[in-house]
Amino acid sequence: MKRDLSLKSDDKKNVHPRRTFLKTALLTTAAVAAREVVHAGPSRIPPADRMGVLVDLTACVGCRSCEAACKKAHGLLKGSDSLVPSDIHISEHRRPNPQSLTVVNEYKSANAASHSTFVKVQCMHCDYPSCESACIVGAITKKEGGEVLWDGDKCIGCRYCMVACPFQIPSFQFDTALKPDIVKCDFCFQRRNEGRVPACVEICPMEVMTYGRRSTLLEIAGKKIENYPERYNGHIYGELEAGGTSWMYIAKADFKELQFPDLKKEPMPGTSESIQHGIFAYFVPPISLYALLGGLMWISKNRSTSEEEMGE
Amino acid sequence: MNAHTAPQALNNKFLTPGVLVLIVLAVNGLAFVFARILFGIGAVTNLNDQYPWGLWIGVDVAAGVALAAGGFTSAALGHVMQREDYHAIVRPALLTAMLGYTFVAIGVVIDIGRWYYVWHPIFMWNGNSPLFEVGICVIIYMTVLYIEFLPIVTERFMGRVHLKGFLSFLTRPLERLLSLLDRALGKTMFLFIIAGIVLSTLHQSSLGTLMIIAGPKMHPLWQTPVLPLLFLLSAVAVGFPMVIFESLLASRSFGLKPEMSILSKLGRMIAPLLGIYLAFKIGDMVIRETFIYLTKPTTASVMFTIEVVVGVIIPLRMFLSRTVLRSPLWLFVASSLVILGVLLNRINTFIVAYTPPYAVKSYFPSVGEISVTIGFVSLLVLAYRVAVMIFPVIGVHKAFVTPISKYSIRGSVK
Repeated sequence: MKRDLSLKSDDKKNVHPRRTFLKTALLTTAAVAAREVVHAGPSRIPPADRMGVLVDLTACVGCRSCEAACKKAHGLLKGSDSLVPSDIHISEHRRPNPQSLTVVNEYKSANAASHSTFVKVQCMHCDYPSCESACIVGAITKKEGGEVLWDGDKCIGCRYCMVACPFQIPSFQFDTALKPDIVKCDFCFQRRNEGRVPACVEICPMEVMTYGRRSTLLEIAGKKIENYPERYNGHIYGELEAGGTSWMYIAKADFKELQFPDLKKEPMPGTSESIQHGIFAYFVPPISLYALLGGLMWISKNRSTSEEEMGE
Repeated sequence: MNAHTAPQALNNKFLTPGVLVLIVLAVNGLAFVFARILFGIGAVTNLNDQYPWGLWIGVDVAAGVALAAGGFTSAALGHVMQREDYHAIVRPALLTAMLGYTFVAIGVVIDIGRWYYVWHPIFMWNGNSPLFEVGICVIIYMTVLYIEFLPIVTERFMGRVHLKGFLSFLTRPLERLLSLLDRALGKTMFLFIIAGIVLSTLHQSSLGTLMIIAGPKMHPLWQTPVLPLLFLLSAVAVGFPMVIFESLLASRSFGLKPEMSILSKLGRMIAPLLGIYLAFKIGDMVIRETFIYLTKPTTASVMFTIEVVVGVIIPLRMFLSRTVLRSPLWLFVASSLVILGVLLNRINTFIVAYTPPYAVKSYFPSVGEISVTIGFVSLLVLAYRVAVMIFPVIGVHKAFVTPISKYSIRGSVK
């Protein structure tokens, strides 16, 4: 970020002297924005006792009963679907979609002797969600319990959340004409309000998923890795990625091979929010620009009037 | 003061072969708009969960806003700098901006899934979202543009009511309303003009901020924290080429003499503006060391090279040449290249650079998407033609009309 600043100050000297008025104004705005970029990071702090899920991919056998339980819990199960679906799609790398909020994909190991890894995919429920930051009407919010929820009464269907999400999770009902929804995992917030655990966590026969306080889950993950170093790759995916997520994964195979995006530990909305808040810092930059232009208009008017008088 | 040209409503024939072609293209586009409303976005576009934004956002909205920048750059030149000599271009640029933003708004309505909720951002705010800022600024700016256009309407109809004098009981109140509006606007217009420029700088830059949050999903050639600055600088640079482009097209279409004296002077300002944009663009590339991506011939590197060489460097060199500045044809070609460059930049930023992690195949716009975009452009040109035939917008070499085309801050000058 600091390097970008130096770019601005270097090039400022090269600005052509004429028409500098607009440039000066623009650069002032930009400079304020850039200064704010240095202190990047959203101001919202997620609650300390938020809940999460730890997914131990070394235990998953790819039975997909979580997919079925999820559909059942969200009323997405059609008559023909059975509770334990056939495995015809498992090696196809599907993505969550309006019909399935979670999917399990098989990743065959490069080494023929070792087992495949089955990866359950759903919303990660980020601590600093890009979708929440991006949403034009504030229809997506990170709640106290850790879940990131979508509000269908506000959503206008602009799909900016889909552009923003680093995990490419939100799905849109492209084939619905009248009231298309943004669809994604809701962390079973209704079930949890009733004191139950998420549907996928409840049904899993292999106990792949552990539901609990995020801080506790991190301890559990750390102990697992410490006790069985040969079983895990040592990385807790989601502990730090994109500022941390409520859903976290541990696995043996490298997360890159399992198509987990390689993300930095800075929250995704940091840069854009800093720019936005810089441009609108107490409305000072726009009002200054307004005043500057007004002053210029006044000066130009006086100048042109006196020129006319001189001419006469 | 150049008193020889005065804006007048043109009375050419409306229907020409070119206009007929535009009508066909517009109807074709509207058919697909109709299909989109009836059957949903998926039925008409190639968009999917991997590529949620496509041609409509990249061209109709992002490029549309950039190419309507002539409105605020010429307002800055004509009204803020009080440059009398450029007044002939202020009205056409204002009309283009007004119609441009109107079609941007229509483009947004077509693209969002729940078009009937398009008013939500006015009441449901998210200050963190650059899209929210763009939305609000565009709504306010569009209103400001319509207010800026009102004096042209009063000028047109004050004359008409007075001249014809029919419905005499309505003539006087209407006349009084128009002159009241005219006087009120004349006194307050500077407030709107400055607001228009401020709003433009805000949303032109925030359009660039939009894609920053996509982070690693964007190709590094375009993903940079200075994107908002680059968007603003390119919008400022494309403003005058757009004015020249449209002025030359209108002169040819209506059989008027091109305003070469003004256009050449405008043309001289383009090279420095393009130069500043190019300096930031190249500087950003050098500092972030993204030039390493240009060594391999990929879609991204080819598109970036075309965007910068054909869209910025070549026209920059052209605008430095006296021959180009004096020739309508060359001026037209050079301006078209700048416009193409900015259009490509917006397409690149919103579509080419966007490489989602799990895409199975890449996105290319469908026939429906292309038809709608072409249809909207055709409708815009038709609306422009209708407007200049009703309202005094384009300057004609006749001396008897005195236009109110100059606004300044009201108050005493000693």
